[in-house]
Amino acid sequence: MYSQGLTGEQSELEETPEFLAAFQARIDREEKIEPNDPMPAAYRKTLIRQIGQHAHSEIVGMLPEGNWITRAPNLRRKAALLAKVQDEGGHGLYLYAAAETLGVSREQMTEELLCGKAKYSSIFNYPTPTWADIGLIGWLVDGAAIMNQVPLCRCSYGPYSRAMIRVCKEESFHQRQGYEIVRTLAEGSAEQKEMAQDALNRWWWPSLMMFGPSDSDSVNSDQSMKWKIKRFTNDELRQKFVDATVVQAEKIGLTIPDPDLKWNEEREHYDFGAIDWEEFWRVVKGGGPMNRDRIAARKKAWDEGAWVREAALAHARKRLEREAAAKEAAE
Amino acid sequence: MASNSELIDVLVTLGDDHLILGHRLSQWCGHAPMLEEDLSMPNMALDLIGQARNLYSYAADLEGRGRTEDDFAYLRSDREYRNCLMVERPNGDFAHTMLRQLYFAAFMKPFWERVAAGSDDRLASYAAKAVKEVSYHVRHAGEWVVRLGDGTEHSAARMREAVDALHPYTDELFTVTQPMRKAIEKGIIPDPKDIKDDWMVTINLVFNQAFLAVPEVAFPQQGGREGLHTESLGHLLSELQYMQRAYPGLSW
Ligand SMILES: [Fe+2]
Ligand SMILES: [Fe+2]
Repeated sequence: MYSQGLTGEQSELEETPEFLAAFQARIDREEKIEPNDPMPAAYRKTLIRQIGQHAHSEIVGMLPEGNWITRAPNLRRKAALLAKVQDEGGHGLYLYAAAETLGVSREQMTEELLCGKAKYSSIFNYPTPTWADIGLIGWLVDGAAIMNQVPLCRCSYGPYSRAMIRVCKEESFHQRQGYEIVRTLAEGSAEQKEMAQDALNRWWWPSLMMFGPSDSDSVNSDQSMKWKIKRFTNDELRQKFVDATVVQAEKIGLTIPDPDLKWNEEREHYDFGAIDWEEFWRVVKGGGPMNRDRIAARKKAWDEGAWVREAALAHARKRLEREAAAKEAAE
Repeated sequence: MASNSELIDVLVTLGDDHLILGHRLSQWCGHAPMLEEDLSMPNMALDLIGQARNLYSYAADLEGRGRTEDDFAYLRSDREYRNCLMVERPNGDFAHTMLRQLYFAAFMKPFWERVAAGSDDRLASYAAKAVKEVSYHVRHAGEWVVRLGDGTEHSAARMREAVDALHPYTDELFTVTQPMRKAIEKGIIPDPKDIKDDWMVTINLVFNQAFLAVPEVAFPQQGGREGLHTESLGHLLSELQYMQRAYPGLSW
């Protein structure tokens, strides 16, 4: 599918050892690769996959939080949540645009999402049954996203790195806003505190899974590090996230649901318990509680919107024709 | 403070229109026909909810009984809400949603323009901001009505259906309640009959380009201004007010 749209494909540039070495040298000099620069097909393919997944995650990520827009507990929270979900849609838009610079269309990417070929972050396959989930998503999910994305601001591919710089500013605002929701609950009534703790219990482990498989099992890591698409390994980022988050939980009196969590003097990091990778793979492969619902919702919006998109195209065509006819008549 | 109670009533009525329409629009978020509309509709919803918050807060201040914007939004029943019926109508398809937005915005634009030059300073300052926002709503919704009306045969049919369904609710925009009458006399808000021409000009302009006809309405629908709503408002409120009703008196 992708190959049909690849701009580099037709020119069929030969990837000689000299070409690959020169490309790597540019990366090593921290030069940004721009859309019209020659690049190895595998570099292009990796980026298309990664940016596409990232864009889909922003879009699918609108659904679990969107679930509370109509039920937010007060007008201030309602407006803030609506604005937050809208920001995520905006992130999706920049990211699709960044992927399009590599020669794939938004429509193609959307179709791949809807048929299940393209992935999105598995975290969004968990449900948001309570208001506290909105706080937890901001605090942990946007928090984990920041850990992943801050290094991407220095990604070797120019359009992706620039998109990430814009996105990161908003993500850290989301993270603070989410934490503030959770803090309000933690400082509230017994019922509210319980709501917050329950949500933390549910979101903690899936958040750690957001960083992907352990380095020992991660297939795409090495080459991406060499190409400076990735700057840190999955396990390094996960550790950073744990270290930052434990302190934040303590501050508001919530308990991280991990009996093995403890400070390791020697490593100067928190040790934490084993991640249930079986659960991770089950959700990645479509067996999470909300996988079907998420794709069904996206598909419904896409299918039911088809007549609107067709009408917009038809109208644009008619306008052009009328303008051309008017011009002809004038001549 | 008889005069205040009338202005409070007007502010709450206007606030209700804005909150309910904002809520309806926000239901699209994440489910729009295209990503651009997943950004535009929440944008308009945020404008409307922001205006509702200003209006309720002003009402709460005038009242001076310690109520807040949230008390107005979350703790009044269906019968106490004063929004016009049009804004509570279910979203329907995208044609219905955009047409409803056009009808409402085409009314609010000249309304806010006059309030901005009116005799109440605080309301005038909100109006000045609202004029800019609502001008965009007129443009955006109007462009969509044109695209759909002059798009495919299918979209044109849907657009005509939307006009038939929603036009009967437009009359209520121009009704004047007792408290509104007082506010009109004081020069705080315009008399709706004085902005009917402006509204008609906007609608005709759009409809001409969209190949739509303004229908004759045999049975105009109204009642919202007296708290007599369609069945859908109760459901909307039970969702909107769920948290405040389930957990009374807590801060969030
Ligand atoms: Fe985002
Ligand atoms: Fe975010």
